[in-house]
Amino acid sequence: MLEIKGLEASIGDKQILRGIDLVVPSGEVHAVMGPNGAGKSTLGYVLSGRAGYEATAGLATFNGADLLDIEPEERAALGLFLAFQYPVELPGVGNANFLRTALNALRRARGEAEMDAPGFLKLARAEMKRLSMPDDMLKRNVNVGFSGGEKKRNEVLQMAILRPKLAILDETDSGLDIDALRIVADGVNALRGPDFSALVITHYQRLLEYIVPDRVHVLVSGRIIRSGGPELALELEANGYAGMVADAA
Amino acid sequence: MTAVAETLDAVQSATEGGYKWGFSTEIEMDMAPKGLNEDIIRLISSRKEEPQWLLDWRLKAYAAWLKMEEPHWAMIHHPPIDYQDLHYYAAPKKKAGPKSLDEVDPELLKMYEKLGIPLKERAILAGVELPEGEAPQVAIDAVFDSVSVATTFKATLAKAGVIFCPISEAVRDHPELVRQYIGSVIPAGDNYFAALNSAVFTDGSFVFIPKGVRCPMELSTYFRINARNTGQFERTLIIVEDGGSVSYLEGCTAPQRDENQLHAAVVELVAMNDASIKYSTVQNWYPGDAEGRGGIYNFVTKRGICKGANSKISWTQVETGSAITWKYPSCILQGDGSVGEFYSVAVTTNHQQADTGTKMIHIGRNTRSTIVSKGISAGKSNNTYRGKVSVLKGAENARNFTQCDSLLIGDQCGAHTVPYIESRNPTAKLEHEATTSKISDDQLFYCRSRGLSQEDAVGMIVNGFCRDVLKELPMEFAVEAQKLLAVSLEGSVG
Repeated sequence: MLEIKGLEASIGDKQILRGIDLVVPSGEVHAVMGPNGAGKSTLGYVLSGRAGYEATAGLATFNGADLLDIEPEERAALGLFLAFQYPVELPGVGNANFLRTALNALRRARGEAEMDAPGFLKLARAEMKRLSMPDDMLKRNVNVGFSGGEKKRNEVLQMAILRPKLAILDETDSGLDIDALRIVADGVNALRGPDFSALVITHYQRLLEYIVPDRVHVLVSGRIIRSGGPELALELEANGYAGMVADAA
Repeated sequence: MTAVAETLDAVQSATEGGYKWGFSTEIEMDMAPKGLNEDIIRLISSRKEEPQWLLDWRLKAYAAWLKMEEPHWAMIHHPPIDYQDLHYYAAPKKKAGPKSLDEVDPELLKMYEKLGIPLKERAILAGVELPEGEAPQVAIDAVFDSVSVATTFKATLAKAGVIFCPISEAVRDHPELVRQYIGSVIPAGDNYFAALNSAVFTDGSFVFIPKGVRCPMELSTYFRINARNTGQFERTLIIVEDGGSVSYLEGCTAPQRDENQLHAAVVELVAMNDASIKYSTVQNWYPGDAEGRGGIYNFVTKRGICKGANSKISWTQVETGSAITWKYPSCILQGDGSVGEFYSVAVTTNHQQADTGTKMIHIGRNTRSTIVSKGISAGKSNNTYRGKVSVLKGAENARNFTQCDSLLIGDQCGAHTVPYIESRNPTAKLEHEATTSKISDDQLFYCRSRGLSQEDAVGMIVNGFCRDVLKELPMEFAVEAQKLLAVSLEGSVG
């Protein structure tokens, strides 16, 4: 369970998050929607520990562990995963090598046995087949020369292999065509279960047709101004953020 | 446990306490007094029971050296070297040849252990015979200080007609070959450090691959610098006759010292028609402490000549050690259709200085060369690529491709690229690409968000950056080198 209480955060001197309260119980998928500049991505970065995104007040815990005090890799070991809005290129680093190193780092941190190369390849191939990804995706360098859609699919592949307990998807739907959107959604839906929760950050309601959230939160100017069921997303789509901001004010 | 796994373990345990290989071995030394003069050279020559022609050659080199000046064009700075304050000869005291491991100096075995040399190879290095039927894949000529302690696999190699032995032994057993080729690629008076080496070299390897023979195993030398204040002057000579081929590995570590240690090696390669030589180096000598004190001064002259048509010489180097690296493995492409390659990774951290690169001299027609250089600078270090591609008048259709990439870690280091390109033939095609980049915070965060530690992330990104070079290394070296890169850069990203 992810619990956020009174979370405030700044980038440099600029306050972005102004007191976020949010609880995502295990097994649930929550969507965070909001206009540009509302602080959606900042929320994802603060939770996953990106340098420069400093929590200045409040708490964030995952299954009872304080997230804000530990390194990004320790958060990953707890089961956090951030699917990036702009996945980063790693020239010369093979996707398979990257993924296996990451998987084994997580396993080591959790006191589990490392996975050998053949075992890993078997796992990776099975996941790729499920996600309709071509085999050469593993051989290519991490995100280098990938199209926008391929990058996002690669994030989903990583998620499928690393099996997080809490996935934060930062506008994973942006720039995707309808087929890619479906693949991404399938990837998330396949992980759904009692031990998995997700925070889906998005601009648009479209993704939520495929990943149906348990709750929708509207983030505006660093605060959650409304929360509700999936129908809230439809309301947003119809009326836009402006109306809702006016209502909240 | 396989050799690779053991090597890995050895490197892995290097993660703490700075330079893990910083130990020295207490073995009784037979040492010449400090200083350099004709008498010392005569002493070296007589200890090695050399023929007169070699002594004369040494003395001539010494006379040339006296008239030369230390070069200062490289981007390196160091206090003046007092050449009279060094010992020029040191040999481990000889005992009767060991018949089993029990008879081998335990200090020596301990050193092999610290070096991470697999058990089987340790026995071989110390001169103990392997049981029948066990055929090792790597032959090692261990250079322990200045005298080769053990030379291995001679029998297997001899069967193929390959000669692989300490150069002093070659002087004794194959004087005609040594006399013909020594100094033929790098003349005694080629440069200051080569002249010094020619005057005082004490050991090194000799390899001769006869016509049509592909060397059945990779040849490997572990170098150690062991005695306090002893400059090490290795001399290696590799000759491959028509249609032959060899892959030679050179790997080095050295004990931690306060004084700077001078190293001035010379490596000469000769490739005849259709011959190929692959020369790979992993250099991990003591780089000095975090403030830059101590550390090896590494002034190396390496050059190969593609004498015959369609011959090939390929240099691959991973340079992570030494306080100063001054080294330009080069190829003279004389034979028509000959090929020269240079693949280099040079890592500098703290106060290390590396000025390294290559020269590709195109003389023959249809000669081709490839240069891929990856420089990584961290801390307050300086890393310079200095290269020359020269196409002479008769080199019709010469081709060169050069790629120089620099990676900066932190904001106090320097990366410099100094390429010289000269072409005297209008048919030449020369390409040069260069990039400079930094490890980005985005890349680090991306890796860490997937569970990699900061240091593993740096290691992975750096290894990715060097991939084009590392893939040229023989398998066992590649694994070791990858680990070495990660270990070398530990703590360099704050």
